[in-house]
Amino acid sequence: MLTNNKKWWKPFAGPLAAIVLGLVIGAVLMIITGTNPIIGYAALLRGSFGSGINFSETLIYVNPLIFTGLSIAVAYNAGLFNIGAEGQIIVGMLASAFFGYKFADLPRVLHIPLTLFAGMGAGALWASVPGYLKAKFGVHEVVNSIMMNYVALHLSHYLVTGPLQDPNTTLPYSPDIAPSARLWRFMSRFGEQYRVNTGILIAIVAAVFTYWLLYKTTTGFEIRAVGFNPDASKYAGMNTSSAMAKAMLISGALSGLAGAVQVMGIQFKFLDLFGFEGFGFDGIAVALVAKNNPIGILASAFLFGTLQRGSQTMQALAGVPKETIGIVQAAIIFIVAAEGMWQGWLPGLDKIKALVTGEKEADV
Amino acid sequence: MFPDAPLLEMEGITKEFPGVLANDKIDLTLEKGEIHALLGENGAGKSTLMNILYGLYQADSGSIKINGEIQKIEEPNDALNLGIGMVHQHFMLIPQFTVVENLILGAEPRKNSVFMDMSEAVKKVKAVSEEYGLSVDPYARILDVSVGMQQRVEILKALMRGADILILDEPTAVLTPQEVQELFVVMRNLRQLGKSIIFISHKLEEVMEISDKVTVIRRGKLIGSVDTCQTDVNELARMMVGRDVEFTVNKKPATPGPELLRIQDLHVLDDRGLSAVSGVSLSVRAGEILGVAGVDGNGQDELIQAITGMRKPISGKIMLKNKDITHFLPRDVFESKLVHIPADRLRHGLITNFTIAENIVLRNYYTRPYSERSVLNWDAIKKEAQNLIKEYDIRTPNEDIAAQSLSGGNQQKVIIARELSQDPEFIVAAQPTRGLDIGAIEFVHRRLIKARDDGKAVLLFSLELDEILALADRIAVIYEGKIVGVIDKEEATEEKLGLMMAGISQDEPSLVAGGV
Repeated sequence: MLTNNKKWWKPFAGPLAAIVLGLVIGAVLMIITGTNPIIGYAALLRGSFGSGINFSETLIYVNPLIFTGLSIAVAYNAGLFNIGAEGQIIVGMLASAFFGYKFADLPRVLHIPLTLFAGMGAGALWASVPGYLKAKFGVHEVVNSIMMNYVALHLSHYLVTGPLQDPNTTLPYSPDIAPSARLWRFMSRFGEQYRVNTGILIAIVAAVFTYWLLYKTTTGFEIRAVGFNPDASKYAGMNTSSAMAKAMLISGALSGLAGAVQVMGIQFKFLDLFGFEGFGFDGIAVALVAKNNPIGILASAFLFGTLQRGSQTMQALAGVPKETIGIVQAAIIFIVAAEGMWQGWLPGLDKIKALVTGEKEADV
Repeated sequence: MFPDAPLLEMEGITKEFPGVLANDKIDLTLEKGEIHALLGENGAGKSTLMNILYGLYQADSGSIKINGEIQKIEEPNDALNLGIGMVHQHFMLIPQFTVVENLILGAEPRKNSVFMDMSEAVKKVKAVSEEYGLSVDPYARILDVSVGMQQRVEILKALMRGADILILDEPTAVLTPQEVQELFVVMRNLRQLGKSIIFISHKLEEVMEISDKVTVIRRGKLIGSVDTCQTDVNELARMMVGRDVEFTVNKKPATPGPELLRIQDLHVLDDRGLSAVSGVSLSVRAGEILGVAGVDGNGQDELIQAITGMRKPISGKIMLKNKDITHFLPRDVFESKLVHIPADRLRHGLITNFTIAENIVLRNYYTRPYSERSVLNWDAIKKEAQNLIKEYDIRTPNEDIAAQSLSGGNQQKVIIARELSQDPEFIVAAQPTRGLDIGAIEFVHRRLIKARDDGKAVLLFSLELDEILALADRIAVIYEGKIVGVIDKEEATEEKLGLMMAGISQDEPSLVAGGV
């Protein structure tokens, strides 16, 4: 039997409604805590878009989320859950911090790609461990990825207090990377504070590349096939282990790229971490809301970055605790994740739509 | 109340899904104490009609009357309240729970309004199962009992909720012949007790045997309702398919050519590391169909997997046209022009989330013109899919539909189209018609015979003796991982093959193979 030849907007309906509902829940919370939600959200928007600098800062929040969202999505398409993005970012940062100051004599056109690739390579290398164990021995990737996260974190503690530490200080950070390895802050002529840089363009290119890879190449075809049905993929003659390993490597490279861009565009050095920064975990939410579609990830990363950046201003100007936005995000994730429940509501929505448009309800 | 009104009247039921009219003004009338067969090919709209009656779908137009009164059925609960129960093709049972736990789910009897009253529940279940002659073991876990037993539990579940109308959706598809007979006993018994049954099927013999009345639908349209005693298999087949159906497969005598496949003393282990194929030797020639008969689980799966490269044999040799393919991977085997129609189409044959177009090129997406330097050429892929949809009569609005939304028969056509369009020299067909209706079976059989007539070699594995007898030129019988014997089709009778399938060799009738 032939069923639902889906309308093009159907895949977006769920996430969009989830976002609206999440914001409504946030508004209710504000009312309960005695704030006018209009003032609250206005402050949030001002924080994100109110000035050039604010918008620049918003993009800086968005930037790593695009990479990690893509990273999670590529792995997910192969049926793998890369919860190790966090560690892959850290090694990406370490590698590009090292390459950034070590090869200071290189011309910019060589140094920037080299430093980017160093971060990608380190991320891929980190992901290759759980990837290899999964492909070769079937060990579940989640356990190994989490362990690799801690190895990365503690390795970074060691390196910035030892071999990679800036010799001119006793503080735990690496030397500044050379100017030739820094990404262009293309709005800096308006002021020092405009930190937005070409990293955001690299992220957009990465999203388009990921889309192309997944849907237009034989590698992407294999990755998606293995993700949906490894048995049928094997029957069809695909090398399922290799497809999984490739997906994990690409996923790791994308997370490593997040780290590289963070060092090359924002920090210019590796600063000791107190814990995981959370970009990798937020990337899971970004990918989920975008339903693992690389182009959708641009939008959902933008949404999450906007909320995070704006929440600080909201707290300062409207007195709404910024944790409120954490709840809004959680609500969005929850609603998208509860897709089954959501689809159960859709017939009800059809009825509402019928009432609104005045269509007669189906006569049973 | 309308005392003379039939128990159930469905009138002018219409339901459209995007791109397909699943039900087009269908009427169905069911009397009390009647077994009413709903007959149609896969995808004809039988399940849609029943899902509307059960409240899973809403009709676009049309009405449902129970005892002459118009009723609105918006969800399964409404149907249950009206005394309509449904047993789905895929059972809705919790495998880890016992029979009684499944039966009381949602209506648990209680002690002191807090604790579950198990002994009361068991008493209730025993009473109902005795009343309707449906014997079940209340304490057995679902995952430990046979499929036939699970089905009885489903029927009991519906009866315990007060169903007077039972919808059985292709109940015989999952049963062994003996279990089918047991089910029919239960159905007759229920009819005796005044229950009405709607029996969905596409198997004509079963419909003739069990039903009082038959309603036939084809491609969403009502073809007619007839009394079973006033019709015959040929008329029903014509109504169902829309033309005369040949029950005997017409084929010319085989003109076998040179040997294409030779298997020598092959040994293969199963997943648990036990011997599944123990010394099989076979030879298949161009232009012939070698049928492999046998009861399920006698090493057929492992033998197929070894030939197609999905499982490594531990010893022995597989030669394809003088090329040793024993240790080939699936892709190498495929590129040696050996194609495979797998027994489990959802697990191996298709990626159900992929579109038809993607499934069509699942084997050769990496070759020209479907891709060049690792970049897919979607235009070429879609064009090929469109061609094959036309050539193999795959019923779908277009090639971008996910394979999971096709009916079983059309899914199988996608697989057959993909495999046979590769210009193969050798075809391994495993259960190629499992779960298909007669129209689709006829199609598959014709394709396999055409392949044979074109000089290709076919190795056919089937659990259906009828199919083996209809198609094969020579028949090998497998029992406990060994070939009991190979006989020509002319010498084969059902009795002879039946004995061989039980392990009794024709040469030495006293010797039970595998006993040593």
